Amino acid sequence: MSERNLTRKPGEVETTGHEWDGIEELNNPLPRWWLWTFYATILWALIYTILFPAWPLISGATPGVLGFSTRANVAAEIARFEAANAPMRDRLVAADLATIKDDPELLQFATSAGAAVFRTNCSQCHGSGAAGVQASGYPNLLDDDWIWGGAMEDIHTTITHGIRNTTDDQARYSQMPAFGVDGLLEPAQIDAVVQHVLAISGQEHDAALAAEGATVFAENCAACHTEAGTGDRALGAPNLTDAIWLYGGTAADLTYTVTNARFGVMPNWNTRLSEAEIRSVALYVHSLGGGE
Amino acid sequence: MTSQDSPPEALYAAREPVFPRRVKGNFRTLKWWIMAVTLGIYYVTPWLRWDRGPNLPDQAVLVDMAGRRFFFFMIEIWPHEFYFVAGLLIMAGLGLFLFTSALGRVWCGYACPQTVWTDLFILVERWIEGDRNARIRLHRQKWDMEKLRKRAVKWTVWFLIGLATGGAWIFYFTDAPTLLGQLLTFSAPPVAYITMFILTMTTFVFGGFAREQICIYACPWPRIQAAMLDEDSITVAYRDWRGEPRGKLKHGEPVADGQGDCIDCMACVNVCPMGIDIRNGQQLACITCALCIDACNDVMDKVGKPRGLIGYLALTDEALERAGNPPKSVWAHVFRVRTMLYTLLWATVGIALVVALFLRTEIDVNVTPVRNPTFVTLSDGSIRNAYDFRLLNKHGEDRDFYISVTSDAAMRVSLEGTTELRVTVPANQTKTQRVYLTAEPGSPAANDERTDVTFWVEDRVSNERVSHRTIFNGLDREEPEQKDD
Repeated sequence: MSERNLTRKPGEVETTGHEWDGIEELNNPLPRWWLWTFYATILWALIYTILFPAWPLISGATPGVLGFSTRANVAAEIARFEAANAPMRDRLVAADLATIKDDPELLQFATSAGAAVFRTNCSQCHGSGAAGVQASGYPNLLDDDWIWGGAMEDIHTTITHGIRNTTDDQARYSQMPAFGVDGLLEPAQIDAVVQHVLAISGQEHDAALAAEGATVFAENCAACHTEAGTGDRALGAPNLTDAIWLYGGTAADLTYTVTNARFGVMPNWNTRLSEAEIRSVALYVHSLGGGE
Repeated sequence: MTSQDSPPEALYAAREPVFPRRVKGNFRTLKWWIMAVTLGIYYVTPWLRWDRGPNLPDQAVLVDMAGRRFFFFMIEIWPHEFYFVAGLLIMAGLGLFLFTSALGRVWCGYACPQTVWTDLFILVERWIEGDRNARIRLHRQKWDMEKLRKRAVKWTVWFLIGLATGGAWIFYFTDAPTLLGQLLTFSAPPVAYITMFILTMTTFVFGGFAREQICIYACPWPRIQAAMLDEDSITVAYRDWRGEPRGKLKHGEPVADGQGDCIDCMACVNVCPMGIDIRNGQQLACITCALCIDACNDVMDKVGKPRGLIGYLALTDEALERAGNPPKSVWAHVFRVRTMLYTLLWATVGIALVVALFLRTEIDVNVTPVRNPTFVTLSDGSIRNAYDFRLLNKHGEDRDFYISVTSDAAMRVSLEGTTELRVTVPANQTKTQRVYLTAEPGSPAANDERTDVTFWVEDRVSNERVSHRTIFNGLDREEPEQKDD
């Protein structure tokens, strides 16, 4: 700076005592604006701690005289969004399930909401990508194979009432007999019927045993799975001729299934989710690639 | 200045007021022109109209925050093209390096808004309160009616300039005539008033009161520029080898022996908006506005001495001139390897941006393969991959996009929610669409772990085609599965 800005000449100014390579640090006065800003921040801090929650106490902090609370703000914000979404929710609940997809605005709203509902409630079993857990009984929702049907109404019913639970009278219900442990079939018959199922699903098999198993199948299994083994959605009997297996399609998996039977349970969501949420998540699942 | 014997000062130092005197000359004229042009560009630009057809704003320069779009005459920048802004910022940076290494703080002295608006405020001050001596008198005067009146008028005019400045700024962000109507009827959005108020006050305070303190204390640029300058950079300098020892010129008396050309008339100090004495040499506070050159030349003409006691000069010239040689020409200072390299870099970025601008298409696609799960087995055993498309239509009307795929392996394309391979994307919007690729059971694509695929999106109206390369995931099987009926 020019000489004009110095109140005292170099050499006559008090120094801080710091020195580097012969260069001394002068203790010149601060600019007035800087000093005022500094005082203003102190004043600001004092006022702030009085107005807003600030000083830590044993549990929580001083509340501040303005009553500001981030928790209350979040609650208010959520309430505001709920209110803003109310008209769309009402429209969704009033709409016909089969034609929701024809309303782009409603579809956009429902699939966005449904994705959130899915992540929170469904992904624990069906996976965040809705691919289920292969061969462990958590169905893949992306494929085109549906045990209880893949149309909007079917998916909606399944989510609403669940599968084989004891908490909803209207839950979809079916039970395969445990042919092995209950002594309904001899182990040799089970081996034969497993070979038959391998045959109708296009896998490697023992042709002689399979032919024998066809009779066992017709007598014990066809009532639910049909003569051809294509299953029956009304009864929740899976299609045994396709490439998709809920509990695995190898000879060992099938033997276990026939011997012990399987009993997968899905909770009914009508007590935990609103109708709008159920419809949203049904639409979301329907739009993942398997919807019928 | 206080006495040396005075007790230790308080913790602050008061600002010494600066009263720049009016000056005439080549540089002052140049600065008036630059001020007129830069202020003209700033205030007029938002009002320029540009017809872009339906559904698009007709403001030539518009930063549309809500629509996430930047319009500049025929150019329209979308958020995903933000690299253009990055490129322009790089060019601005390189440009500053170039000008600083060649011409020193020419930005500070001529084009910086702080300099231009301060100049304008000083002009207003001079009109209302008079030139330097009158202003000093007024400054020392008691607060009587005259001072009160002059100050009130000056502050009002300053405030109005500030208001126009803040007002013009917000016009860049929304349709200017509409916003002006809203402002006049007090129905504009609060953010407009808040922005306007903040910019009005910063203009008022920075241009009217803070002035040189912004350059000295607040602005980082002088520090950076100090590092950018070299011994060939042209700056404003005093030829002390010609001027010293300085001495007053007394009327009718001969010039004393050995006396330099500087007659110590303080003209250079009195005109300086930074309140410094250029005769002390290069200093941080000097913004090289060149007004002292005009002032000194004027005096030199009057006393019959050659011009240029203060002039544009580089450090290397000092040694040459002291040795009695002529200084290097301005061109020799400006055209150096360093400045050439900056120019080259600057031009390269510029050309790259222009090329990128012309290579842009009006449609675009971004494909995100769904990786959770990587593939789905369908009931007939075929393998399906899903892809999330973001389709971008920059046309001003709805367009049908046709989706197809090319790959070495056979695959079938299908779209979620429709049986067609056509998606209608609304005008000026992006649309997300899930697309499926299905490979037949046992086919090469179904059994290979990875297959390269290229998606094509075609707009058959404008005949534009864009592509996106990605991967199809299969079962990773050595042999096709054996089928046995």
